[in-house]
Amino acid sequence: MSSTFDIVADVISETSEIPREKITPEMHAIDDLGIDSLDFLDIVFALDKKFGIKIPLEQWTQEVNAGKASVEEYFLLKNLCAHIDELIAKKNA
Amino acid sequence: MRLEYFQMIDSVVTFDAAAGTIHCRAIVPERSPVFEGHFPGYPIMPGVLLIETMAQASGYLILGLNELARMPFFMGVKKAKFRKFVQPGAILDVHASLVHEGSGFTVTNARIEQDGPVCDAELTLRIMDFPAAELRGELVKRAEAIGLAPGAAPITEES
Repeated sequence: MSSTFDIVADVISETSEIPREKITPEMHAIDDLGIDSLDFLDIVFALDKKFGIKIPLEQWTQEVNAGKASVEEYFLLKNLCAHIDELIAKKNA
Repeated sequence: MRLEYFQMIDSVVTFDAAAGTIHCRAIVPERSPVFEGHFPGYPIMPGVLLIETMAQASGYLILGLNELARMPFFMGVKKAKFRKFVQPGAILDVHASLVHEGSGFTVTNARIEQDGPVCDAELTLRIMDFPAAELRGELVKRAEAIGLAPGAAPITEES
């Protein structure tokens, strides 16, 4: 979890020019960090490449829009990292 | 090219679904109001239109790969470099290759050549369901007209 978070935080900092030290696991990517959808796509692209996964962003967005999941479920950084860990585990299974 | 209709790609030379690449041809018109302003006495193709040309080649690459099932919309460009002027009447080779197929977006590398490199860039396109049936119908016709054969084995058309 911590190493995944470190990588995610580094990517967010590089992509969005947010100081790395201001990014914590409890932060919300949109509400707290103000990342817009275009920047978030850049972040997902970088994370897909770094971890060798395909983050199902469309599915997540559809779930949030349909009220099946909360925004926090995917965009709170600690939850995002947990989902990334699951995707990595699935890839390595 | 029909600049006034934003039709930048004239034909598909090769489309290779397995490799994730496309090679298109684009012929710059001899005359256009664009050249009257850009620039008087020294007409050259505007850089933004070269980027649009690379974006359209990338779009046809994605349409070929998804068999015209979903629509790519140009949403980002990075690392764009313009290395040479393009003059009226130029015949351009436009190449695009798939870099990453994400969830709802695609990243390509594209370049234009005319006796050497003209420009290159990394492009991001959002992939969405077609917002209008008419749009898909027109794109299917346009894809056929330029020789794009979606889902097919590599095609070649030497000219």
